[in-house]
Amino acid sequence: MNAILEMRGISKSFPGVKALRDVNLTVREGEIHAICGENGAGKSTLMKVLSGVYPYGSYEGQIFYRGEERRFARIADSEHVGIIIIHQELALVPLLSIAENIFLGNEPATFGVINWSEAFSRTRDLLQKVGLRESPNALITDLGVGKQQLVEIAKALAKKVRLLILDEPTASLNESDSDALLKLLLEFKGQGITSILISHKLNELAKVADSITVLRDGTTVETIDCHAEKISEGRIIKSMVGREMSDRYPPRTPAIGDKFFEVKSWRVEHPQHAGREVIKQVDLHVNRGEVVGIAGLMGAGRTEFAMSVFGRAYGRNVSGTVLMQGVEVDVSTIQKAVAAGIAYVTEDRKTLGLILNEDIKNNVTLANLPGIAWRGVIDDAREAAVANQYRGTLNIRSSGILQKTLNLSGGNQQKVVLSKWLFAQPKVLILDEPTRGIDVGAKYEIYTIINELAASGKGVIVISSEMPELLGICDRIYVMNEGRFVDEMAAKDASQEKIMASIMRQYAAAPP
Amino acid sequence: MKHEAIQSPAPERASANASFWKNNLRDYGLLVSLLIIMGFFYFETGGVLLEPVNINNLILQNSYIVIMALGMLLVIVGGNIDLSVGSIVGFVGAVAATAMVVFHIPWGIVIPCALLLGGLIGAAQGYFVAYSKIPAFIVTLAGMLIFRGLTGNMLLGQFVGPFAKGFQAISAGFIPDFSDFGLLKAADGQDQFYWLSMVVGIVGAAILIFAGLRRWRLDKASAMETEPFALFVGKTAIFAFLILFFSYKLAWNKGLPNVLIIMGVLIIVYTFVTTRTTIGRRIYALGGNRLAAQLSGIRTDRLTFLTFVNMGVLAGLAGLIVAARLNSATPSAGNSFELDVIAACFIGGVSASGGVGKVMGVVIGAFFMGVMNNGMSILGIGIFWQQVVKGIVLLAAVYVDVYQKNKG
Repeated sequence: MNAILEMRGISKSFPGVKALRDVNLTVREGEIHAICGENGAGKSTLMKVLSGVYPYGSYEGQIFYRGEERRFARIADSEHVGIIIIHQELALVPLLSIAENIFLGNEPATFGVINWSEAFSRTRDLLQKVGLRESPNALITDLGVGKQQLVEIAKALAKKVRLLILDEPTASLNESDSDALLKLLLEFKGQGITSILISHKLNELAKVADSITVLRDGTTVETIDCHAEKISEGRIIKSMVGREMSDRYPPRTPAIGDKFFEVKSWRVEHPQHAGREVIKQVDLHVNRGEVVGIAGLMGAGRTEFAMSVFGRAYGRNVSGTVLMQGVEVDVSTIQKAVAAGIAYVTEDRKTLGLILNEDIKNNVTLANLPGIAWRGVIDDAREAAVANQYRGTLNIRSSGILQKTLNLSGGNQQKVVLSKWLFAQPKVLILDEPTRGIDVGAKYEIYTIINELAASGKGVIVISSEMPELLGICDRIYVMNEGRFVDEMAAKDASQEKIMASIMRQYAAAPP
Repeated sequence: MKHEAIQSPAPERASANASFWKNNLRDYGLLVSLLIIMGFFYFETGGVLLEPVNINNLILQNSYIVIMALGMLLVIVGGNIDLSVGSIVGFVGAVAATAMVVFHIPWGIVIPCALLLGGLIGAAQGYFVAYSKIPAFIVTLAGMLIFRGLTGNMLLGQFVGPFAKGFQAISAGFIPDFSDFGLLKAADGQDQFYWLSMVVGIVGAAILIFAGLRRWRLDKASAMETEPFALFVGKTAIFAFLILFFSYKLAWNKGLPNVLIIMGVLIIVYTFVTTRTTIGRRIYALGGNRLAAQLSGIRTDRLTFLTFVNMGVLAGLAGLIVAARLNSATPSAGNSFELDVIAACFIGGVSASGGVGKVMGVVIGAFFMGVMNNGMSILGIGIFWQQVVKGIVLLAAVYVDVYQKNKG
């Protein structure tokens, strides 16, 4: 097969950092080419060079696309020749319809007057192609993330795509949506569309990719031909981190004590739709020194449950009781929940966890300012000492405690959010997707921290969509579906199949 | 948990200095621009700009803008805006004037009541913003119309005044001087030099240098990022020189005006609140990311409410100062002050999206506007051209901000 794309000797520097160093990438016509690497390995930067976000001249090296050297000055140039990139953060306008979004900036119009009937009929065709059964009139804001992703792809198709680049398309999708998306990519392959897929989910890559290019520290490590050899996750990880990760989960010797934290008969209604129960009668307990997992599909109500317990940060008409060491505690506001010893580490660290514009120091102490202040006056030296301590113990890689959190990698941002809650001295920590979007090495460090927390006698609740992770780090797992706990099992007896089976069983048993 | 030594390798030091330059370039740039513009008007006006009487005027004219800008800083940092401050100035001034002139209530009672009134107005607006979740732009636009209208209704186009000497002294008074007791009185035919003012200036400059040095050492000791020493010395020297220079000039006029003391104390208090206290830190967190602040256990609604109450009190104080300066309440007092105050904040580097801004920046921003106003007036440039120039300067200052941000 011919190469549709060849990037030769690409180097790109930012002030103080060399993001890409002599990277080579060859993508053959009609294949699905996966790119993987740890966070900060240069994957996104490489794609930005390719799509013209970083214009010709701001990088070194050459790009050959369909046999010609290309010098893109802006994104429009690369789109013009059929290179379309779909970013991790979706670029859709929430309050416009599907059709309006698909043709945004590309409207079928004569003299600026839009031909809506044409737009609608073409939208219908495109939606059919991507397998999305929605009216072209539906607003983006009413669609789930999975469907929004499909709209993005339909938008790419509308632009006559030849090379489709997807940056972590399945990061926020549940398993069934992810599978549907991957199947779609395979269909496109049948139609001759080439795809570049960037993903952290190695099992997915192994499923669909024809070749895999691994980046590490801004250089190409290797390109693996998936048809020439059998690909295992271990093989890819080794190539990504440059060493064998024989065990992805740190060893754990649980020392589980008595009942520590309890939530009883928890019920929550939707914040906007009164009367619609989102959490229906949930009971949970955590023992001292125990790591408890909550498994479930996207939308099962796990985050909603956690946030409603954390000072009613979600929902309305919350009812039920919360007990800490057998004593009922008031968690009606976030302040009271924190005072009662509960910490909630959000799944969305950028919008809910960090003040991105502020430095590590200010973020670490934010949830416990009285801990570094005397009568409302901050003791700078003590604050710096606290921040430095967490920077050291959690191994936050940064130039110092005064580095803005905006400039940290995902894993290090997550560590800052964790530090904030550790400094608040909680008894129970609820970690919502603690390793989402961070690389293998940082994940291992986070797991180690979780183990240490449990060992120090705290209770830990982990919410995660990655079932192997729950199986790897938890002592006990609750399975949640449609606002209920449908099963509970000791981790040693659990398996991915068993968890999925409990979810499905509930669907089968559900009244029509 | 394992403990690791925190190392700061040598090569990082040089780049830390460089990054410090980059991060703080704006602050120094603003200060240098202020000096340049002062130099420009000094020569253009043939030295009139820095004559003792004019410096006194400059301070009187700008005091209320600076004072309100301190409150506006907190409001904008918290992610809101307050358009009503000019109308509150007019309204509080009118109420205070009516109380004193028509109802003969002593000024000692009127002043605290006027501040309370400002606080209540701020509280009312803050309630709608913080708890009813109405955008601050709308609430305070309504407030701007309402209080301007009420001012007009109350005064019915009349000037209400004059006031007792004691009240006027807020603006027109000077700190008492030895010379008042005849100890250092100048001989007849010679200009009076007010020694105490000079002494206050020297003490102020000494405190500035001493406190700055102590702070610099502490930062260094706790391994914080510190200014390069040369830069620190340069900046402190400029400030100390400005203080000495101004107090020397003022000593040749009538000494330090009372309002300068009020302003100075407020600047120190608000610098302290914004940089050293938990409430200050929380306001910056609120503006930086409201949701994250909320989930960190910060009562964001109450904090927003308090920033408006604070703004109201300061606007009330400004209302008294303006009334005292004009020696009457007028229907148009405080007209369009909100624009000067907001412009001072933005020129001073406050971010319109919240979470970023410094007291010193805002004060310099206010004086930047003040020097331009004053200098152009002396040069006889028409009021309308002055507006054009101020608009361009505002746009240019924010343009530089945004440009730097995108580049960095």
